[in-house]
Amino acid sequence: MQALIKVNQLTKEFVLGNILSREKILAVDQVSFEIKPAEIFTLAGESGCGKTTVARMLLGFEEPTAGEIIYSKESPKKEKRVWFTQGIQAVFQNPFETFNPLRKVDSYLFETLYNYKLAADREEAVEIINSKLESVGLSFDEVSGKYPSEFSGGQLQRISITRALLTDPALLLADEPVSMVDASIRMSIVNLFKRLKEELGMSILYITHDLATAYYLGGQIAIMFRGNIMESGPVEKVLMEPKHPYTKLLRESIPEADPAKKWTDRISISELEYEEYLRKGCKFAGRCPEVMEKCKNQAPDTLLIDDVSVKCHLYCNS
Amino acid sequence: MDSNSKYILRTKDLKAYYVLDDLGKKKTVKAVDNVNLNIRKNEIYGIAGESGCGKTSLMKTLYAFIKPPLRLMDGQVLYYRDGEEFDIYSLSKEERRKLRWEYIAYIPQGAMSIFNPVIKIEDTYRDFLNSHLSGKTKDEIFEIAREHIKQLGLPMKVLNSYPHQLSGGMRQRVAIALAALLKPAVIFADEPTTALDVVVQRGVVQLLKDIQKGLENTIILVTHDMGIHANITDRLVIMYAGKIIEEAETVEIFENPIHPYTKYLINSLPRFGDRGTRASAPGNPPSLANLPSGCAFHPRCPFKMDICEEKIPELSEQGNEHMVACWLTSEGVG
Repeated sequence: MQALIKVNQLTKEFVLGNILSREKILAVDQVSFEIKPAEIFTLAGESGCGKTTVARMLLGFEEPTAGEIIYSKESPKKEKRVWFTQGIQAVFQNPFETFNPLRKVDSYLFETLYNYKLAADREEAVEIINSKLESVGLSFDEVSGKYPSEFSGGQLQRISITRALLTDPALLLADEPVSMVDASIRMSIVNLFKRLKEELGMSILYITHDLATAYYLGGQIAIMFRGNIMESGPVEKVLMEPKHPYTKLLRESIPEADPAKKWTDRISISELEYEEYLRKGCKFAGRCPEVMEKCKNQAPDTLLIDDVSVKCHLYCNS
Repeated sequence: MDSNSKYILRTKDLKAYYVLDDLGKKKTVKAVDNVNLNIRKNEIYGIAGESGCGKTSLMKTLYAFIKPPLRLMDGQVLYYRDGEEFDIYSLSKEERRKLRWEYIAYIPQGAMSIFNPVIKIEDTYRDFLNSHLSGKTKDEIFEIAREHIKQLGLPMKVLNSYPHQLSGGMRQRVAIALAALLKPAVIFADEPTTALDVVVQRGVVQLLKDIQKGLENTIILVTHDMGIHANITDRLVIMYAGKIIEEAETVEIFENPIHPYTKYLINSLPRFGDRGTRASAPGNPPSLANLPSGCAFHPRCPFKMDICEEKIPELSEQGNEHMVACWLTSEGVG
C-alpha cells in the first residue's frame, strides 16, 4: 500500500555547551520509517531518546538538519503549511497545558474550524463540533461556555482530541497522550484511538514510553534509543520476541500487573545521557549485556530479519 | 496489648480535612475520611489510588506533617517503639522533630526539588548528619556518607556533584538513600517512580527493595501505578475519594479483586500477549469537595443498588484478611 507519510534519513543536530567547548549531539540520527493509511505506528523509547524531536519535525516546529519528510509524495514547504497541517493534527501530553486557563475551551474548537474555513457560520460550526464531540463521548452542551478548570484531565484530553479531529486529518500525532490521565480512565482514551483507526481509517502516530498500551494498540512499532531506531517492525514480533538487547531490557523493565512476575535480576542504569549520545559506536554499548569489542567503535547497520529491522552487531554476521 | 507488637503503625478512625474559607462560607474537603490502617513490621505496604483520592494527604497525616488548610479532625496515629505505642500527635514539636529521619523518614513526591541547588550532595549529607548526630568531625561524616553510598551501590561521584548535574533517576535514588541514612523503622515514599523512565523506575524499585531487606523495616509506598505495586508491595490498600475501599495481601488483591473499582483498576491494565478489549471505569473520578452521597463510587458503578446512594459501606472482612467496603459483599443487605 502507498505510504501516507515517509520519513527518510531524518537527522537533527543540537549543539551543547558554550562558546569555548562546543559539542554536537545528534538528537535524531538518520531515522527512517513510513506510516501507511489506517495504521497505528508507535514510536517508543525513554525520555531523551529523540521521539518528541521527531514529532516536532513532522509538525514543522523544528527544521531537520538533514533528511526529508514526504507526505503523500510531497515535501512540506512553508507555503503549504495550511494544506499540510490540515492533514496532520496533534494531541499533546499535558491536557492542562494545552488550553489557556483564561480562555473558554469551545473557542479553540471554533477557531480551528474558522482558520481552515471549514464552517461558514456559527450554526454550521456547532453542528460539526457536536458530531465530533459525540465521537469521543462528549456533547456540545457539556463543553460550551466552560473554562479548562471545569473539566477533568481525561475530559480535557478528549476535547484536545476533538479539536484535532475537526479537520478530518489523515494522520493524528499523539505525543504521550495518556501519561497524564488518571489510571481508571486511561484505557478509554486508548480505546478511542483504536476506534478512530478502525472506523475512520485514520493513521495514528502514537509516541509513548508505555509499551503495554503500544502492544494493546497493535500495528507497527519503532523502538528509539539516543536518536537511533534500534528495532522496528510489527508490534507482535518486536515486543513478544525482541531481538535487540535494548528492546529486551525495556520489555523486561515494564512492571507487569502480576505479582507472580516480579523482577529478579539486577540492571545497570546510565548515569549521563549525553555521554551516551556522544558514543561513537552503538549508543547502547555502555550498558549492553552482550557487548562486543566492535560495538564500542563502529555503529551497527540496520538489517532486516524476518520483517523486523534491527540495528545491532549481534545479527550482522548471520 | 501484646498482640500489637506485630504492627508498627496503626491508625484509628483517622480524619483529616481541608477546611477552606470560600468567601465567608466554610468548605470542607474530606481528604482522609475514617481511615483505619494496620501496618506491620518488616513489610512493604502499598497505597494505591488515582490523583486526587487523598493518598498524599493520608501520608502527610501519618507523618504528622500537616499544615493548614489540612487539619486533623479526629483519630489517632499510633506508632510502636520499644515495646509501647504512642500517638504522634501527642508529642511535642521537639519530640516529633527528633522522631523524624531517625524513626520515620519521608521521601516526598518529586524528589528532584528537595535538594539545595547551590551545594554539593556531600554538603547536603553533612547538613543532614550534623543536625542528627552531634559530635562528629567533618571527615567522620564524609566517611559515613561514602560508606552509605557504596553500600547502596550508587556511584561515588554523586557526592561531589551538584543536584542539577545528576539525572532525575539518580536524584531520586540519592533522595531515597538519604531517607534511609539513619536506619529509620518506617520510610514513607510518595510516588517515587512517577515521571521516571521504565528502566530507571526499575532501578528505584531495586533500591527500595534493597533498603527494606537490609534494614528489615517498613516501607509505605504510595503510587498510582499498579504495575509497581504488583512488583514490590506485600500488602496493598486501594483508596477512593478519601476512603479505604479494599485491603489485602497484594497477591490476593490481584488474583481476587472484590470491589468494582479495584476490578476496573486491575482489569483495565493492558497485558502482553493478550489483546482482548480492556475497558476503563465509566465516568470520571469525583471531586473531594463535592462527593456523591452514600458510596462515592456509585455514579460510576455498574452494580449500583438503592442502598449505595444512601449509606456509606463499612470495611468488612471477606476471608483471607481481605477487607472490602462495598454493599455487594456486606452482610445484612436487604
